[in-house]
Amino acid sequence: MAAFFGNPTLMIILTGALVGISGALLGTFLILRRNAMLVDAISHSIVFGIVVVWLITWATSGPVQILGAALAGLLTVFLTELLANTRRVRMDAAIGLVFPALFAAGVLLLNIYARDVHLDTHTVLLGEIGFVWLDTVTVAGIEIPRSVVWMGTLTLINAVFVIAFFKELKLSTFDPGLATALGLAPTAMFYALLTLTSATAVAAFDAVGAVLYIAFVIVPPAAAYLLTDRLIPMLVWAAAIGVISSATGYAAAIALDVSIGGMMALMTGACFGLAFLFGPRYGLVAQAWRQYMRRYADESRALVVHLYEHEGNPEAARENVVPALQKHLGWDPAKAEQVLRRSLRRGLVLREGTGLHLTRRGRQAARELLEY
Amino acid sequence: MSLFEILTNYTVQNVVIGAVLLGCVSGLLGTFAVLRQQSLLGDTLAHAALPGVCIGFLIAGGRHLGWIMAGALATGVITAMFVVLVVKRSRLKTDAALGIGLSVTFAAGVVLLTYIQGTAGASQGGLDSFLFGQAAATRRSDLWVMGAVTLAALVLVLACWKQFKLVVFDPLFARSIGVPVVALEVLLTAMIALAVVVGLQMVGVVLMTAMVIAPAAAARQWIGRLEHMVPLAMLMGVIAGVCGALISAWGNHLATGPLVVLSATVLVLISLLAAPGRGIIRERIDRWRARRALGQRQVLATLYKLAIKHRDRYYPAELGMLDSFFGLGTRRALQRLERQGLVARVGHMREEGPHWTLTDAGYDQAQRQAAFVTPEDGSRDRGSPDPSTRGHGTSEHG
Repeated sequence: MAAFFGNPTLMIILTGALVGISGALLGTFLILRRNAMLVDAISHSIVFGIVVVWLITWATSGPVQILGAALAGLLTVFLTELLANTRRVRMDAAIGLVFPALFAAGVLLLNIYARDVHLDTHTVLLGEIGFVWLDTVTVAGIEIPRSVVWMGTLTLINAVFVIAFFKELKLSTFDPGLATALGLAPTAMFYALLTLTSATAVAAFDAVGAVLYIAFVIVPPAAAYLLTDRLIPMLVWAAAIGVISSATGYAAAIALDVSIGGMMALMTGACFGLAFLFGPRYGLVAQAWRQYMRRYADESRALVVHLYEHEGNPEAARENVVPALQKHLGWDPAKAEQVLRRSLRRGLVLREGTGLHLTRRGRQAARELLEY
Repeated sequence: MSLFEILTNYTVQNVVIGAVLLGCVSGLLGTFAVLRQQSLLGDTLAHAALPGVCIGFLIAGGRHLGWIMAGALATGVITAMFVVLVVKRSRLKTDAALGIGLSVTFAAGVVLLTYIQGTAGASQGGLDSFLFGQAAATRRSDLWVMGAVTLAALVLVLACWKQFKLVVFDPLFARSIGVPVVALEVLLTAMIALAVVVGLQMVGVVLMTAMVIAPAAAARQWIGRLEHMVPLAMLMGVIAGVCGALISAWGNHLATGPLVVLSATVLVLISLLAAPGRGIIRERIDRWRARRALGQRQVLATLYKLAIKHRDRYYPAELGMLDSFFGLGTRRALQRLERQGLVARVGHMREEGPHWTLTDAGYDQAQRQAAFVTPEDGSRDRGSPDPSTRGHGTSEHG
């Protein structure tokens, strides 16, 4: 146990994985609710909360810090909605007005009161996941990195929240109207979700910083959304992508000697890229393949219908021959040959010299098309 | 430092000129972004500038602002295209696409930043400053680059003014008359990246979000026409920039970026509250006036109905009765009506308190009012046996 928690590599990867899992649990619902940019706003403005709490209590981590900064996150959402409700600026502009202001206030306070302390602006954005194992606390006789303790706690809270309120969350995400009608208070769910997002952001702050946290909340669930249509697999995929990104990001960062947190966040992007390109149903490759197959099927259909129309008629000898395809279907010789060969392979057509005949399957396919 | 010292200080001069340029370009280009509801694209492109800064640095082999801006512009445009691609070709919505673009490019920037720190050694000095900007480090040569970009943006907007306007307000119509909408949309998006690029030195990538949105959002409150909104947004941007720069210099070199952003935020708040047409204060006043006028009309109408019911043009109504009828004090409304010469006090049964009656002018006005609101209702009232009981009934329900 002690060896496990004393191993810097494992502790760094564990911290990253916990950030990934806790982010995925919340991010899944935020992506589905189309509130991804609120994560961006919250992550920036918790900086304000962290600085204010630090100025008041001199605490740089712990429950007070998490609570205080979580309130700053909520304040952002509240102010944004207040501003948007005046109907003088749109929602997106409201988000973009509120959080930079709070962030600027936070940076300015740091600039005035905290020139040389732990909370410098660099840490604010980037975090120091490489050093998490240096700062430990003793729990049950074992020295455990502080970040692991806090991230573990927050991950647990998030997991309990999602499991306990799964039905409520699901319903208020997909059908807020019905959720209200059933008395499930979707707005309360929304605010609970955002409170946890802010609290987790504070816990993750030391490790990955404010901006990289956004990647862990938004990107894995977005990738998971391209892989599955169901909520529970989406949560699992998102968490898995978070964990994979943490491990591969660490390896890549060590190999290239660059920022570990940055590389982990970049890996979530790589996972998204893979899902976007090669996702089984929604990936670009799958889309292109489907489109190709559809065109291919359409061409075969055009051929069988053409043959069926003239089959048994006097003009069949003139129409149902290879050269006629060029004239009547507008295909150039190469394409006509290609379609013909595919249709032959699928057993829709028979070729006798230049004459073309439908097989039983081909005739049936044409009939189906014409009769429906 | 006194104001004179501040204004003659070489560094401060540089910062102020930089702030003016930043204000111009962000107001100019931000207006289009805000009107096209692409405010948060500015946020994404601001973060996306970071890897571009690093790439520009690596290409130029040093902190050369021209290369850094070119790099930031390139990564900004690529990220914008990525966002469009994700929205078009996947089931993800704009918010997710923007979030992905923002966080992943920023991560790439962080990675490149540490890579440069690891390899380039001492010469990387000041690259960190692009995160929050470091206005004090602005050199004259930087100003020339920023000025050139600002000028280019201005020329571009003036040259394509009509087309941009069409694309912003009616893209469908623009397409139907053969305006190259897609190309212009790409250009407008690239221009957001351009605004971000000018702000790098002054406020840094993270705070540029506000500079794209705030001046335009502030200007929008005062003016509706694009022709006026663009210059006003530029003016707002310049005011915010110069305020931020001067406060920073006066306050013993506080970080300029946050001060510029906070100044811009204050301008937005003032505009939201005090703008003559759309301002919240104006709206509150109008609403209060309307409520007051409505109260007066109601009192007048009640006196009129009482007069009709009692077949007495000058029927004296008691103040206490009117109060209980409306459930609130009517004294002030009556006093205002008196000043307008529509009602008058009468000394009728002094022990029961003050009484009020309609004047001739008041009677006429109430009659006109009743005819205007519900002509049939008014005529029926005249014939109905007891209209005032119906009035009492409604007041009880209310």
